[in-house]
Amino acid sequence: MRKLDYAGAIREATAQEMERDPRVFVYGIGVPTWSSIFGTTKGLPEKFGKERCFDTPISEDAMTGFGLGAAIRGLRPIHIHIRVDFMILATNQLINMVSNYTYSTGGKLKVPLVVRAVIGRGWGQGAQHSKSLFSNFTHIPGLKVIAPTTPSDMKGMLTAAIRDDNPVICFEHRWLYWAEEDVPEEPYEIPLGVGRILRPGKDVTIVGLSWMNVEARLAADILAKRGVSVEIVDPRTLAPLDEDLIVESVKRTGRCIIADCDWVDSGFSAELSARINEKCFGRLKAPVKRIGFAHTPAPTVRELENEFYPNARTVVHAVEDMLGLEAANLDGEDFFSHERRFRGPF
Amino acid sequence: MSFAREPLPKATAIQLFKSLYLARRSEEYIVKHYPENLMRTPMHMSMGQEFVCVGVCSALEGKADVFASYRSHAAFLAQTHDTDRFFSELYGRTSGTGEGKGGSMHLAAPDQGHILSSGVVATQIPVAVGAAFANRQLGTGRTAVVFFGDGACDAGVFWESVNVASLFKLPVLFVCEDNGYAVDTPREARQVSKSLSDAVKPFGADTYDDDSGDVESVYSLAKEAAAKAHRDRRPAFLNIKCCRYLEHVGIGTDWNWGYRDQATVEREWIARDALKTQRARLASHRVGESAIAAMEDEIDKAIQASVKRASQAPIPAPDRLQAGVFHEKA
Ligand SMILES: Cc1ncc(C[n+]2csc(CCOP(=O)(O)OP(=O)(O)O)c2C)c(N)n1
Ligand SMILES: [Mg+2]
Repeated sequence: MRKLDYAGAIREATAQEMERDPRVFVYGIGVPTWSSIFGTTKGLPEKFGKERCFDTPISEDAMTGFGLGAAIRGLRPIHIHIRVDFMILATNQLINMVSNYTYSTGGKLKVPLVVRAVIGRGWGQGAQHSKSLFSNFTHIPGLKVIAPTTPSDMKGMLTAAIRDDNPVICFEHRWLYWAEEDVPEEPYEIPLGVGRILRPGKDVTIVGLSWMNVEARLAADILAKRGVSVEIVDPRTLAPLDEDLIVESVKRTGRCIIADCDWVDSGFSAELSARINEKCFGRLKAPVKRIGFAHTPAPTVRELENEFYPNARTVVHAVEDMLGLEAANLDGEDFFSHERRFRGPF
Repeated sequence: MSFAREPLPKATAIQLFKSLYLARRSEEYIVKHYPENLMRTPMHMSMGQEFVCVGVCSALEGKADVFASYRSHAAFLAQTHDTDRFFSELYGRTSGTGEGKGGSMHLAAPDQGHILSSGVVATQIPVAVGAAFANRQLGTGRTAVVFFGDGACDAGVFWESVNVASLFKLPVLFVCEDNGYAVDTPREARQVSKSLSDAVKPFGADTYDDDSGDVESVYSLAKEAAAKAHRDRRPAFLNIKCCRYLEHVGIGTDWNWGYRDQATVEREWIARDALKTQRARLASHRVGESAIAAMEDEIDKAIQASVKRASQAPIPAPDRLQAGVFHEKA
């Protein structure tokens, strides 16, 4: 096996599916351009032509309806938004049309549409280029929602999403694009709706969403040095949710922290917390705890960004708090910085 | 203007008459039986404007992918002539177009070219553009046709869609059923452009204005527009003036709302009702009164039979609620 980064995993899954199935095409603002959505579509226009990899006007609403029309008439579109913030203009089509035409037609229409949405921060992205909005979409019946964390999960889940006959929204945290690991070269599917235990442990379950799994792993390493054993569960698919995996884990550990990279209020963490409370009530040794963005618009200045975004420190302190441990001095710890490589501007 | 050229062949004239009659009589059935409260779905009646959908769908001879608004009855029946599935859906039966989950605003018979109708204004418009793209890529030779009201042209997505269709050289027929009102708000109160066609033209579509109120004119126009759209690889915008006879939603009239004058509507529109005109035209083709009556009788019987089948069809079982949120692999 060879190493591949997360952006490469996306590119490879897309190319392999386009190779396998001539009905698959990719489109969106900036998709075939030099920057190619963080490199995830690089080489596709050269390989598959302009009819299967193309740019669009800044018309997210129309271009989402376009994807629906193409999907129900026999193609398999992949529509890409370089920020989920821009996909808000597509929500009329996603929520009013795409999500319900299979149901409203008693299954006569199927909608094999993948919508990729980039989430996450660079630095200084401010209030309009940094949202996640998971729960805006998991709230809607008829949409599948995935947020893979690792490159190998991404490759298998995107492949499954492209082959799925239903609309799938794929959230990609931009800080993950450079994450690398062994990824099989041949095409493979990881079924949607199946979560994954990223790290087994016994004292506390952390349910991590997207990027927060990276922070949770870092936190778990730090806590392990103090004898605390953290289990990390990555739901991977947010809808439909692999509830059993999460519930089993929390029943084992008796404690749960949900680490989301989104707002806490009415966020996906609220849904997870509600379900865990419903299913694990008698087994919980402490109330479920939630970590996420501060309930403010995202600020731009670094010092306030640091307050706004949760990270491994936040996770460590949440675990300490839950277990009644002294707060450790984390000064000597090496925390991840995206800026070791990222220099802006976007 | 009118696009009616020399008289259409007799067979076409008859077919247009039958299609108009089917839509009109189906809705007359609804008007009569809606108060029984068994068709519990908001009805946006096509009555008066049927000639638009009938003319366009007939012209495309089944080779259309039709997208419609909530004012869906005429579009659905003009394209499919399928009163069975139509009434079954209105009565909420398993034999309907969406096993009762869709209702009047969400009719779909994709196997017959009526792809979907939609209840949020203008949402169906970009979907037709995507369908046109799929048709080109897959070489189906079908024409994507989208029906929408003048109110939908208030929406940004309409303009986005025409732009995209032009840019991508897609032969979409954008058909505006211009009845002059969005509910009771006149077009002049919503749009600055005097002429929608003039506003649309710079977006790269061929535009056509038809105020004939005549199904044969619309038929000829649609044939011409579709042929040119395919030949020149560009969309067409058909602005077809028409009149909704009944209230915006529901089966009653709305003369008491005060936004339009009954006498004017009767003089300008109802007096030259497209169905009446077409029926009269059959005489000029030497179709006798008894032959016309026989056609009408046949259609009336078909409607009755469909209604009967619908009323005897099963109501969805409670477990159908959860079924079909996602498409299940066959
Ligand atoms: C986006 C949206 N806004 C408002 C409505 C409520 N509404 C339903 S029909 C209608 C008027 C539309 O007029 P027009 O497009 O001319 O179609 P007509 O009803 O005349 O056929 C309105 C405002 C809606 N369905 N969707
Ligand atoms: Mg109108």
